[in-house]
Amino acid sequence: MSIELFQYPYMQRALIGALVIGLAAPALGIYLVQRRLALIGDGVGHVALTGVGAGLLFNQSPVLAAVIAATLGAVTIELVRARGRTSGDLALALLFYGGIAGGVMLVGLSDSTSANLNTYLFGALTTISPTDLTTIAVLGATITVVMLALRPALFAVCHDEEYARVSGLPVRTLNLLLAVATAVTVTIAMRAVGVLLISALMVVPVATAQQVTRGFLSTMGAAMTLGLFAAGGGVWVAANADTAPGASVVLLAIASFLVVAVLGGLWRVVRRRNTPDPTPVAEPSEVVLR
Amino acid sequence: MFVNEPVITVTHGVVGYDGRPVLRDVSVAVTAGEVVAVLGANGSGKSTLIRAVLGLVPLAAGTVELFGTPLRRFRQWHRLGYVPQRLGAGSGVPATVREVVASGRLARRGVLRPPGAADRAAVADALDAVGLADRAGDPVATLSGGQQQRTLIARALAGRPDLLVLDEPTAGVDAASQEAFAGALRGFVDGGGTVLLVAHELGPLRPVINRAVVVHQGGIAHDGAVPEPAGHHAEPGHDHVHPHGPDEPVGLWSR
Repeated sequence: MSIELFQYPYMQRALIGALVIGLAAPALGIYLVQRRLALIGDGVGHVALTGVGAGLLFNQSPVLAAVIAATLGAVTIELVRARGRTSGDLALALLFYGGIAGGVMLVGLSDSTSANLNTYLFGALTTISPTDLTTIAVLGATITVVMLALRPALFAVCHDEEYARVSGLPVRTLNLLLAVATAVTVTIAMRAVGVLLISALMVVPVATAQQVTRGFLSTMGAAMTLGLFAAGGGVWVAANADTAPGASVVLLAIASFLVVAVLGGLWRVVRRRNTPDPTPVAEPSEVVLR
Repeated sequence: MFVNEPVITVTHGVVGYDGRPVLRDVSVAVTAGEVVAVLGANGSGKSTLIRAVLGLVPLAAGTVELFGTPLRRFRQWHRLGYVPQRLGAGSGVPATVREVVASGRLARRGVLRPPGAADRAAVADALDAVGLADRAGDPVATLSGGQQQRTLIARALAGRPDLLVLDEPTAGVDAASQEAFAGALRGFVDGGGTVLLVAHELGPLRPVINRAVVVHQGGIAHDGAVPEPAGHHAEPGHDHVHPHGPDEPVGLWSR
């Protein structure tokens, strides 16, 4: 198999960039899954696209403009969520579709070709410049370190927000931190898998891990390992089979999910066969009606 | 804490949801070492009363003081342990019993400091106190309702608070868990703790309670000795279950 391809600097950058994102995205994604906002990355990605369009139109850095747009979008979503009324659902829909429509329109108005739009919609790992790689590495490492270091507090806020508030935790600040971290992760992951596939890297490794783990920390570790595996393996598959890197990474992550689901199911069946049924211990009924 | 030190002081408290008054002009004071039960029918406003005490619902009028400090300026959250009615309807990601209980140390430790030996010891003690030490590594989602409730009590105890506030801690909980819970509460009170709890049924908690506040239609109908159960409510082993009122949150994630 062609290991030689990785002698080229652009392939090395693609691989390193993918690995950083593969590690950072699930480290953040686990908190989003825990608070049942698994698809928020998708929404923020849509908004980031408007930033890309604005950047291209005004000849500014599309990535920088995307960070700004995504941050504004993520903070807006968090404020709508914190208000916590049903209308939030519709507000989010407006933001999501407004974001993608705005992006497509602004990219169209600029001199860019539709190929340029595709770069952001589906990712373009192999076009990462050395400057891009530095940005991805610094931001990705920051996200990973913050998510690991603040795990007890972020876990408490995502697990039981009222309890966190009564514990005197800075709940609003932590929620906004998660929103900004989502925006930053989306923007760096945009280069790898594209705005349409970003949520997959945040969510699928977590979904895979939690099928077999028992605790939060073990889920986080397993999800980050799976993210690294999917990112590295996806780039390798893309290099050898000449497929789109972003799609390869995501499909590999989903394949891992299916393999773990099937193996986990088989393991449970085997274990049940091998261990004779213990005498069922009557669980005391929760409610006694007399 | 000194005896008679004010722990909770609600003065002329008024709470309304969407313009509908739920608590009207309520005044209650709890002093150090007291174990006070807030009783009342569903929808009477008893849960709202303790949520107002915790600052989870805003007061439309009146004041709440905790340990003599107005709620707005209160920062000693480590002195307070809160036990919600139930664990959120199972969040997506698994968490072990120990991980949930460890959240109880955050009020003492703050956001930035990593857990140390004292934190681990307090978590182990709290798990012992509710009889869940052998389940520490199990995912909370696999526990029975009563064991989940004990997990939440252990989480509150892990912070070594001076005051425990509990929202219907025994609602729909099996007898074994009720006994374990009563034991943990007795231990907390013997150590000088103060307790405010909302209850529907006192059950095995009855001997621990030394004062009852009955909430009826948003006002205080009785404040003093624990009322004797009447009629079929007095029968031994009586346990009744009611559907929950519309103003009580269905779960932590209900919004």
